[in-house]
Amino acid sequence: MKNIITLLVLVFTAWLSQAQTATLKEGDIAPDFKLKNVDNKEVSFASYPNAKGFIVVFTCNKCPYAVAYEQRIIDLDKKFRPQGYPVIAINPNDPEASKADSFNKMQDLAVAKKYPFPYLFDAGQVVTDQYGAKHTPHIFIVSKSNKGNIVEYVGAIDNDPEGTKAEKTKYAEDAIVALQNNKKPAITQTKEIGCTVKRKAKA
Amino acid sequence: MKKIQTLLVYSFLLFAFASTAYSQNVKLLTVDQLYERVNKGKDSTYVVNFWATWCGPCVKELPHFEKLQSEYKTEKLAVLLVSVDFKSKLNSAVIPFVKRKKMKNEVFLLNESSPQEYIDRIDPSWSGSIPATIFIKGDKRKFIETELTYDQLLTEYKKL
Repeated sequence: MKNIITLLVLVFTAWLSQAQTATLKEGDIAPDFKLKNVDNKEVSFASYPNAKGFIVVFTCNKCPYAVAYEQRIIDLDKKFRPQGYPVIAINPNDPEASKADSFNKMQDLAVAKKYPFPYLFDAGQVVTDQYGAKHTPHIFIVSKSNKGNIVEYVGAIDNDPEGTKAEKTKYAEDAIVALQNNKKPAITQTKEIGCTVKRKAKA
Repeated sequence: MKKIQTLLVYSFLLFAFASTAYSQNVKLLTVDQLYERVNKGKDSTYVVNFWATWCGPCVKELPHFEKLQSEYKTEKLAVLLVSVDFKSKLNSAVIPFVKRKKMKNEVFLLNESSPQEYIDRIDPSWSGSIPATIFIKGDKRKFIETELTYDQLLTEYKKL
């Protein structure tokens, strides 16, 4: 009997790892990671023992949407890190498929834009696949709880990629404000508008 | 002297006209206007491709759409190429691109600013990724969210 259970667990785990490219949704556990930052130090959730949650954003160097959101991501960090929700940026692109996203070029961008948050290199796109990040930028608002790190909101940062509207619906900010008021975000999912995550061409 | 003045006025008018015609190469288009065109246009089949100048796979497949239109110009087919570049890029990227590639199809720049809203109006299954293409013939409609080869494009067109 025990053997059967072990087998079932193994099969289930194998199936689960197959299904990892599905995008995480509200209520899912946000997997921890340990990735190399542009300063060559490793960053994980554990690097922030006092955080109440995290703003995990998959973004890159050159995509026009990512570029349009650079300042807004910096502003999110400036506003919410002091309140316990730091930004952690991860570049999901394969640097061979997208030469503009090499580690060196990530370092250059982080310096040029004075990124106040870590900008992590995801070797082998492992974390990208665990989260199921599909486009840049793709944001995951995560809260720390006694059940672990829970995904609370997934999708776009706001409803204005080009950044021309006076009145934006700020999905990411609204989600964090709800969490700060011990509420669940009213909107937990939107379509993340951006460039497709770049992968090596399949052989 | 008067002659020169007249000539100047004429050449100015000519120049102004030419440059207007040129900038009209790429028209702004809302989703409402797109559907109006599809519903009231004289053609019976519409192939609408969503692309952007910065999107590699889109740029790669654009010639297939040009080819489809030119090979089937005797049929009632309209291939509409709708760029989703930012509106601020109309003059700096989209128009120069259309000129450089000598594109002959009708090219538009999508005049919408809320993707969350307009994406669903094109197709609720659309993630927002490009390239994406809709094929419309009367009540028939097919939406495809991947890059197409010429053969795939032709097959979808003929299937309608």
